[in-house]
Order: sequence, then C-alpha cells, then structure tokens
Amino acid sequence: MTETTTNRWDEFMEGIWKQNPIFVMTLGMCPTLAVTVSAVNALSMGLATTFVLMASCALVSMMRNIVPKEVRIATYIVIIATFVTSVDYLIQAISLRLYDALGAFIQLIVVNCIILGRAEAHASKNPLLPAVTNALGMGVGFTIGLLSLGTVREILGSGTLFGVPLFGEHFQPWVIMVLPPGGFFVLGAWLLLFAWRARRAQRKLAEATHHA
Amino acid sequence: MHEAPFQIFVNAFLANNFVLAMFLGLCPFLGVSGRLDTAFPMGVATTFVMLVASVCAYGLNLLLGALHLEFLRLISYIVIIASAVQLVEMVMKKYSPSLFRALGIFLPLITTNCAVLGVALFQTARDYDFVQSLTFSLGAGAGFTLALVLMASVRQRLQLSNVVGLAEGTALSLMLAGILSLSFMGFAGLGG
Amino acid sequence: MSEQTMPAAQTPTVAMIRTLGLVAAICGLIIVGAYEGTYDAVTANKKLAIERSVYQVVPEAKSVVEYHALPGGDVVPAGDAKTPDGAIRFFAGYDADGKLVGVAAEAGAKGYADTVRIMFGYRPDCQCINGISVVSMRETPGVGDKIRSDKKFLANFDKLDVRLKDDMSALAHDVVTVKHGTKTDPWQIDAISGATITSRAVGRGIDAAAQALLPKLVPNLNKLASKS
Repeated sequence: MTETTTNRWDEFMEGIWKQNPIFVMTLGMCPTLAVTVSAVNALSMGLATTFVLMASCALVSMMRNIVPKEVRIATYIVIIATFVTSVDYLIQAISLRLYDALGAFIQLIVVNCIILGRAEAHASKNPLLPAVTNALGMGVGFTIGLLSLGTVREILGSGTLFGVPLFGEHFQPWVIMVLPPGGFFVLGAWLLLFAWRARRAQRKLAEATHHA
Repeated sequence: MHEAPFQIFVNAFLANNFVLAMFLGLCPFLGVSGRLDTAFPMGVATTFVMLVASVCAYGLNLLLGALHLEFLRLISYIVIIASAVQLVEMVMKKYSPSLFRALGIFLPLITTNCAVLGVALFQTARDYDFVQSLTFSLGAGAGFTLALVLMASVRQRLQLSNVVGLAEGTALSLMLAGILSLSFMGFAGLGG
Repeated sequence: MSEQTMPAAQTPTVAMIRTLGLVAAICGLIIVGAYEGTYDAVTANKKLAIERSVYQVVPEAKSVVEYHALPGGDVVPAGDAKTPDGAIRFFAGYDADGKLVGVAAEAGAKGYADTVRIMFGYRPDCQCINGISVVSMRETPGVGDKIRSDKKFLANFDKLDVRLKDDMSALAHDVVTVKHGTKTDPWQIDAISGATITSRAVGRGIDAAAQALLPKLVPNLNKLASKS
C-alpha cells in the first residue's frame, strides 16, 4: 500500500519540480509569454489548461485500449479540441472581461504541446487514476510557472499584484515588462536563476565528494 | 475592418511580428533556430501550411456559419491543419528527402505550432475577407521565417564566442529573442 | 495488473472506423452539452456588457432598444434577430417618458496591438458625438490605455461635430485625429501625446462608423423619436 501511495505522490510532484513543463521541458511557451501580463491572467490560463489536461488525459486513458495506434494522434487532438472548446464557452459564461483578456490563447490551448505530449507519453499507457494524477501535477507545475512570470511582470510592469496597487503614486512602472520583450527577458532570467542554483548544487556535491 | 491587404501584410510581417510580438510559434522558434540551413526551409514549410490553413479556415468558417455549427470551428480547424501538415510531409519526403531528414521531428510538429492555428483564429476573429486572409497568412509566414532566420544567424555566430556557461541554451535564446523583440517594436505604426 | 498485449498486425479498418465514430460521438456530446449549458449565461453576459457601454455614453437613458440600419436605407427594431449582412446595429436610448435622448453605436479600428473597440454616443439635436466608452482594447498599459482615462482626450468627445452634408450622403467633415495640440476644428480629435497610434485608431474607427451609420440614421430619426 505504501508503495502505491508514494508512487501517486511522486507522479503528482513530477510535474511540479523535476519535469516542470515551463522551466525544464520548455513546452507551452506561447501562452506562457503571452498571457502572463498579470497574475490574474496567468492563474486563469493555468487553471483552464489544467482542466483541459486532466479531462483529456482522463478520456484518453479510459479509451487507451480501443484506440488503434494508427489514428491515435488524430484522436487525441480531437479529444483535446473538444475540451478546449468547452472551456472556451465556460470562460465566456463566467466572465467576458477575463475572456477578452485571454483572447485567442484560450483556443490555442489545443496546440499546447504539454497536453498532447502527456496524452501520448503517459495517459495512453496508464490507467485512469495515475494518468489524472500526473496530469494534475503537470497542470499545477504549469500554473506555478505561469504565476512566477505573471507576478513578476505585473509587479514590475504595472505596480500592482492581482489588481491591488502595491506602490505609491510615484512608482514609475517598468512598462517593458508587460510588453513582449519583457516576457522573454523575465523567463530568461528565471532560467538563469535555476541554472545558477543547479550549478551551485553541483559544485557543493563535487566539493563534498572531494573532501570525503 | 477596412484594412488594405498591403497594410495587413506589413503589419503581420514586421510591426506585429507573429513570433516577436504576438508570441506565436515559439516552440519551433526556440528549437529549430540553431542552424541557418534548417531554419529557412522550416519557415517556408510553415508558411505553406499557414496558407493552406488560412484558405481552408476561410471556407470552413463560411460553411459552419451557414449551418449554425460554430462550436465545431476549433476542431475542424485543427483537423485541417493536421491534414495539411501530412500533405507537406509527403511532398517533402518525395522531392527533398535530405531536407525531410534534416527537419526530423519538427516537421510533424508544425501541427502544434500555435502560429498556424493562430492565423486561422485571428483571421476569423477579425472578420477578414478572402484576400485579406491570404495576405495575413503570407505576412505571418514571412514574419515567422524572418524571426527564425534572424535568430539562427545570431545563434550560429554566438557558437563561436565566449558565452557565460550559465546562460547557455534556452536562457540565452530567450534573452536574444527579447532583444530582437525590443528592436522590432521600432516598427510600430508601420503600414498604417 | 497484466496489460493485454496488442497484436502486431494492422488494425482492421472496421475497428478503426468504429473507434473513430465512438470518439466523434462522445466528443460531439461533450461539445454540444457545453455549448447549450453555457448559452444562456453567455448571451446574458454579452447583453450586460453592451448595455453597460450604452448607458455610459447615453447616461440619461432609462431604457435601450436595439435597431438595425438596413442596407436599403430602412431602420427596423432588432428584436432578438442577429444583425443581417450589410446592416449596422445601433442602440436607441429613451428616457423615462419614452423620448429619444441619444443613440449609441459601435466603432472599431486597429490600434497598436489589436483592434480597439469603442461605443460612442450620438445626439441628434446637436448632430454631434458627446461621449465614448472603450469596450475592449489590447493597447500598451500606461501609453495607449490612456484613451480610457486621459481627461483632455475624452474632452474631444464632448461635442465632436459629425453633422452631415446637405444631401445627407456623408459627413460634412471627416472625423480625423490630429497631432497633440493642433486641434482647430470641432470635428478633429486631439491625439494623446506619445500615444498617437491608439488615438488615431479611435479617430479612424469613429470616422468609419459614423460615415456608414449616420447617413442611414439621420433621415429615419422620426421613426425612433418615441419608443415603439
């Protein structure tokens, strides 16, 4: 029993740290840079993608034994497109303002490589519960990545966080942060940070084995 | 919208470059732009798929609108794009097998290129007519190719220079892309 | 848990068609379900958004009626019908007594990043536009999005002259955006300094919309005079 529980947790955590879709696998770049202009947009996009990811992986997993391998990619794409269309209408029903802010990128979730990749690599080979757990982990990892970009860009570029102004009247927002170049720079900065941490950890490990 | 076709082309090509301003087509942009000789054919192949997708999307939109089946729009667009990519793959395999092998996995990945679906979705959202849609997809494809080629040229040069080891790889590409994007902002307003 | 080993042979066509058909059926059900389930909420949201902008530009209105200006020159109440091809929709605002106080219509043009959509309010008695409201835009924060808040820019629309020529075929003077500080005539819009592109988009949008709608609207004002 403990073995299966550990596996379930590992599967969930895999998508958050070790195989974080944004920072490690560099997938799903397009929405990452486009909608992370504010924290709210980033969070909504993350939630929408997680929903599509979980629903698609669930359906793919349930049908994994009857889908012929010749047409599997086409089938996965149709399934993903179905759920994306549903999420599209759902967001319109919830908030037109949010829908307008996210724009075409809601429908572009369908070509987010993360979803197709997960369906092909994992959901098509695993039963329902592991597939959905892994999808949830990936989705959460993606959302965390989006949020880390969205918060930085919103704080620096608009001086607010989730719409709440943080600084006084005299704060000069660094507008470039909410423009396209800013997206590239912030993501590059995050990757540099992770690379630096990895390098430091490696060096510490090398020193430790040296002294041993 | 009463935009002239030329305006639409210049806009999609430079001022609102699909990659550097609208963030579409980033996966291949960061993945294939390592070498100039693969970057350019990739751009051309993608442009061709965009053209086919644009024309089909225009027709599909009319059909779905007439049948009041708008909710099938996304599915039909993506299926058309997948088919167009299959077509390009078959043609390339027959007429240029070396290129086919060089592009490898990135050729079928054009299906998940947000830029191609983006062309179809944007032209629908902006209600472009047939000529406008064609020029839009041409401009988008040309802009994508331009961004890819620029990136490839710079990265090829950088391979021979001293780059801080920490920044190698994706981080460097992103910084480069940021600078390119910044410079393209200078085209704002071009084309009216 | 032993997984069934798939046979290495090609799947028969019948099996493929059957599976694809099943997938299509399931997906079709999901999509239609989502569409129907959210339809009411979506329509309500859209109506709310439109009405909010209309009341912003025609503040004295107590009720709003949607009309279609048909290509033939006629003006008919819209009811629940979608806008026919070539027709322009606008919103007539009536006060508590059912008298026409103003007309709201949509305008849009490409700005810096994407389309800038606005709603403007037209007053028949002064033949002018006396207010705009930004419906949607994707302009640069702190630069282009000043069209929402910049008081001097919004003052352009207190009495923007859009009267028609004597033969009512077009505007007497095209609405045009001019460089900041160079406005001389009431049909010009003074751009926001440093946000020329977005300001020009507003001007182009209003000009196009007014040129298309007003020659059809003004001759039919008597039809709108009282709430039907």
